[in-house]
Amino acid sequence: MVTSVTSLGRSGLYDWFVQRASALILLAYFLFLGWTLVAGVDYASWKALFSQTWMRVFSLLALVSLCAHAWVGLWTVFTDYLTERMLGSAGGIVRLLAEAISALVIFTYLVWGIQILWGL
Amino acid sequence: MRLPVTAWASITHRATGVFLFAGIALMLWALDGSLADPAGFNALEETLAHPLLKLVIWAVVSALIYHALAGIKHLVMDMGFGETMAAGILGVRVVWALAAVLIVFAGIWIW
Repeated sequence: MVTSVTSLGRSGLYDWFVQRASALILLAYFLFLGWTLVAGVDYASWKALFSQTWMRVFSLLALVSLCAHAWVGLWTVFTDYLTERMLGSAGGIVRLLAEAISALVIFTYLVWGIQILWGL
Repeated sequence: MRLPVTAWASITHRATGVFLFAGIALMLWALDGSLADPAGFNALEETLAHPLLKLVIWAVVSALIYHALAGIKHLVMDMGFGETMAAGILGVRVVWALAAVLIVFAGIWIW
């Protein structure tokens, strides 16, 4: 089996599953957040919500899902369009650069998100 | 480019995904400000009231709505429903119609 060192799980089937599992978690999280915001919040109720352990767990779960989801999604887009066929001989290095920048941004989102959730 | 609607739906799903990846920075920034302290919460509310920022938020929310609906369509098709060309085109039309309605509602809510 040919595997790619930059895919999330070195396996298309694994990435396929991660993309869908993370999608369901993100859907549930954004539906809940949307519902909460439309219902209306003030500082006290908003802060109280994010002080609950279950909300922090749910939020961290969504954040980790987002990181995995974004990596699989961006990897799919990059390996389709940032290629030697599309860009000529520079394709490989452009793709690697795009992947490196994305990984850095994803890691920053993760650390930033944890910092916000736990108010460090 | 002459492409079937299903291809445009797929490209839009990808484009909104990439756009949302940048939009996450805005969401985290807003979450950070909103949870800091009451002053930060009020300052954020004032900042978000700016017409230009409202437009940006509407764009991010619209992308999220479309991306989520197109994703749900994907999951439905993964389960083996609507895999013929005719059903695929119908699926795209349903997603576009639902997205259009929800995006208008989101706009009304934001303004």
